[in-house]
Amino acid sequence: MTHSTKELHLQSLSELASTLHNKKASAVEVAQHFLQRIQADTTGAFLDINKEVTMAQARVSDARLAGGNGGCLEGVPIAHKDVFVTRDFVTTAGSKILANYRSPFDATVVQKLGAGVNSQSGAGMVTLGKLNCDEFAMGSGNENSAFHPVRNPWDDSRVPGGSSGGSAAAVAARLTPAATGTDTGGSIRQPASFCGITGIKPTYGRASRYGMIAYASSLDQAGPMARSAEDCALLLSAMCGPDLDRDSTSLDVVTENFSAKLIQNVKGLRIGIPKEFFGNGLASDVCNAIDAALKTLESQGAQLVPISLPRTELSIPVYYIIAPAEASSNLSRFDGVKFGHRAKDYSDLVSMYKQTRAEGFGEEVKRRIMTGAYVLSHGYYDAYYLQAQKIRRMIADDFQQAFTQCDVIAGPVAPSVAWTLGHNASDPLADYLADIFTLPASLAGLPGMSIPVGFGDAHMPVGMQLIGNYLQEATLLNVAHQFQLATDFHMQSPQGGAAL
Amino acid sequence: MSLTTLDIQRIANLARLALQPDEEARMLDKINNFFGIVEQISAVDTKGVVPMAHPVDAMRNTPDIALRLRADMVSEPNQREANQQSAPAVENGLFLVPKVIE
Amino acid sequence: MSKLVQGYEVVIGFETHAQLSTQSKIFSRASTAFGEEPNTQACAVDLALPGTLPVMNVGAVERAIEFGLAVNAHIAERSVFARKNYFYPDLPKGYQISQFEIPVVQGGEVSFFLEEGKETVRKTVRLVRAHLEEDAGKSLHEDFVGQSGIDLNRAGTPLLEIVTEPDMRSSDEAVAYAKELHKIVTWIGICDGNMQEGSFRCDANVSVRKPGAELGTRREIKNLNSFKFMQQAIDYEVRWQIEQIEDGHTIDQATVLFDPETGETRAMRTKEDAADYRYFPDPDLPPLCVARDWVERVKSEMAELPRVMAERFVTQYKLPEYDATTLTQSKAMAAYFETAAQVCEQPKLASNWVMGEVSRRLNASDGGFDSIAVSATQLGALITRIHDNTISNNAAKDVFDALWNDAATSSPDKATALLQIDAVIDAKGLRQMNDSGALEAIIDEVLAANPDNVAQYRAGKDKAFNALVGQAMKASRGKANPAQVNEMLKKKLS
Repeated sequence: MTHSTKELHLQSLSELASTLHNKKASAVEVAQHFLQRIQADTTGAFLDINKEVTMAQARVSDARLAGGNGGCLEGVPIAHKDVFVTRDFVTTAGSKILANYRSPFDATVVQKLGAGVNSQSGAGMVTLGKLNCDEFAMGSGNENSAFHPVRNPWDDSRVPGGSSGGSAAAVAARLTPAATGTDTGGSIRQPASFCGITGIKPTYGRASRYGMIAYASSLDQAGPMARSAEDCALLLSAMCGPDLDRDSTSLDVVTENFSAKLIQNVKGLRIGIPKEFFGNGLASDVCNAIDAALKTLESQGAQLVPISLPRTELSIPVYYIIAPAEASSNLSRFDGVKFGHRAKDYSDLVSMYKQTRAEGFGEEVKRRIMTGAYVLSHGYYDAYYLQAQKIRRMIADDFQQAFTQCDVIAGPVAPSVAWTLGHNASDPLADYLADIFTLPASLAGLPGMSIPVGFGDAHMPVGMQLIGNYLQEATLLNVAHQFQLATDFHMQSPQGGAAL
Repeated sequence: MSLTTLDIQRIANLARLALQPDEEARMLDKINNFFGIVEQISAVDTKGVVPMAHPVDAMRNTPDIALRLRADMVSEPNQREANQQSAPAVENGLFLVPKVIE
Repeated sequence: MSKLVQGYEVVIGFETHAQLSTQSKIFSRASTAFGEEPNTQACAVDLALPGTLPVMNVGAVERAIEFGLAVNAHIAERSVFARKNYFYPDLPKGYQISQFEIPVVQGGEVSFFLEEGKETVRKTVRLVRAHLEEDAGKSLHEDFVGQSGIDLNRAGTPLLEIVTEPDMRSSDEAVAYAKELHKIVTWIGICDGNMQEGSFRCDANVSVRKPGAELGTRREIKNLNSFKFMQQAIDYEVRWQIEQIEDGHTIDQATVLFDPETGETRAMRTKEDAADYRYFPDPDLPPLCVARDWVERVKSEMAELPRVMAERFVTQYKLPEYDATTLTQSKAMAAYFETAAQVCEQPKLASNWVMGEVSRRLNASDGGFDSIAVSATQLGALITRIHDNTISNNAAKDVFDALWNDAATSSPDKATALLQIDAVIDAKGLRQMNDSGALEAIIDEVLAANPDNVAQYRAGKDKAFNALVGQAMKASRGKANPAQVNEMLKKKLS
């Protein structure tokens, strides 16, 4: 890797790793640089910063770098979506019910990116802080955060997307070189698209969910958000891996080096284009950007194949039955007994529960808890929950059918570019409907990626989605990387102009 | 399929959420709209389809998805103080709650 | 024999929660040890801290398999964990991980004997299922005014919930079932059976009906943790329900608690909507798969089950069923009996001694067969000396006494034991008089000295005969062989 003379916040992960390794800057200097930028931030991306903790971590990294026993990303900064529990920072999941919550343990993903798990050493990254998100990861615009919304760095009147809005905004605004996010129905892919960055949700089970505050257990996945496929590949390799001791849904598959296939060319690659993704609901500015991107890939030797994912539209009701059902149960532990907020005024145990949860949860969360409890309740389970799980399998089967004709699937991430803050306030359903393209892959558990492919109305970023078959993240990263070698959308930043 | 205010009250009670009357009304309205789109699933013929509770279920070429079993060994030490650091009310190591009446 | 109560048939089903004897909890690696300081054995997973997930303990599954084999049930190759959702302070997640539609153990049955009047009747209670689930924590009310203290040490302890069909028709049957079930789970070692500590808790579903009528509404008596209370509670509940019906009231489904102070059952505060648990498969736990070869392996390693052993005692040792059942109350007792029987080759005598004298002494000293002062071999040797007429049964009790109180206990082989016992016999002068010549002389003397008794006996009064036997025994200072005395007297008086 050639030495970079770029400003620290414009360097890629591997450039920063190299900078630190070659002592062009110390981990302390790098951390300070980013902390200063965060201080001046107006996006609202961060929820918790703790300078002392960050600097302490940086000093440890510097010692390791000096001793030559650092991790693969030693001293490189990272920030974590606030659904990952951390011992040294507050964890809120964007909710008042966890305001000031201190976890006694770190999430596995946090450990793997930081100091390591048990005897296995970690990547050695330095945590800059915790990132804002929609409350309990429920939302598509980071407007459901109990604390304050996040603003899109490209246009501060617009949402950054959600639920990993803070992660996406922080990366786009160069407040951190990379961030962790989580994706349940599109919460990595969509904000990545809205903020013009790269993000990937791996195959369900690839990354450990231990320490990741659960929203919908059969859908939640952790993933990296950064400025390039190359950076995402580095992070993904560090984040993923079996966590057999602590997560029963963690896949027992060999830890992969996701960077290995990046440089392969895409000649002969069959890219499936689902017709259902290009219907009337898709805004023309987005459609144009995607079309152009597909042409680029074609010029690189890929082959476009028309396919069908017939139950695409059904993925909306199916997801919005299953996810709230699981959430209604997962969120029952927030009862004011063992941790978190407890109401001050109540008359007895039941009223303590009701008041605590009424005060602690925002409206969208309450709504999803209610629908979730309803679809599981006596007499409705078969017609709603069970039926949804059956259609879910059919959707997964549809993908398998499609993958007999293509290697990856491509299409839009969202039907439009980022909307303005408050735009959907009176109609949460509109938010749900906008998830149409990301939900299917979530339901099937397939890996999905978003890469910046241009700009739409009001010069807002447009992302293209790539969906792969199970365990095919390396293929997705390869396609993305090849696209990024031929284009420079991923290099552009809100401050204007392409970074060097 | 239309919910009524009674349904909202029943569910709110099940879910232990205190809702003010105006919240109840808003909730009723939004949830009924939501069920408007949900209804389309009832038209889907799912005869013979096995529900997919675990996505790993669908991954044909990955290792067996049977529940992993760990050895019966104790390895969690007593960490009461750390575990209770965020507790709202603790006395003598016990979590305090309003009296539980049976 | 009619079991009707005031003309009503009693219908009882049981749900028993047996705590499984694993080291660690069912879904976490915290210890299951009883009696520790509050919340020192509740790790992050047990406390449901945000981000925690369950990981299954193989020991719990293995114990479920053992139970299934012990009751002849079907072990499901694939079973599913489900969440049972409700709010309670001792339930940290706000749901209990249990099994709903597809439990790991399906069917099965428990058989036992019941005294009905003078008969011993065999009764079988069918099981519906047994499933794995986690225990909740505990609420403590005493020390706090207006508040309760929650201890989550117990949260996550593995439970096997064992459900019967409503096959029982009386409190006697119910208690007999509970005792047999308790024996099974402790015998196979899956549960320590300590009811005081809550290791074995029974809920009784009780209803009444006129014979031939539809099943009545049942009420559930929860958390019965002693056999005595079980009996009292069921009896009270039955009388209460009948009284209600006779007074023209209907029985409402309810959960009730038994108050040992008053001997009454009373309904718990009704929990509205308590019944809607919104069960769904737990997405954090893939299905549990139990392969056939695992079951076969467990089967081959399991000790002989009590009922099988009892049946073997009947066929192999020609014991009556009553004896066989009593002796197989515990593994230790059965092993003790069998060793003694094999040493003396007199199984019925051995059975009588073990069920009688030995058990009496153990009960009095609160001891158990696994740490008993007189070894089974010693008992077998003692019985050998009874059987070969060296000593009488009564004298043997003295010898047993001496061995029991001898601080220097050992478990010798048969030859050494016989020497020990002979030494005690001689030291105490207990040898039976087997010399028929000397005995004849004594008998002649007795007959001569008691002409009235002789005459009375000849006149048909059998009591007179016993008096003569008594005289002869006295004259021989207890050393005569009673059987010989009887025989000789009869001959001389004929």
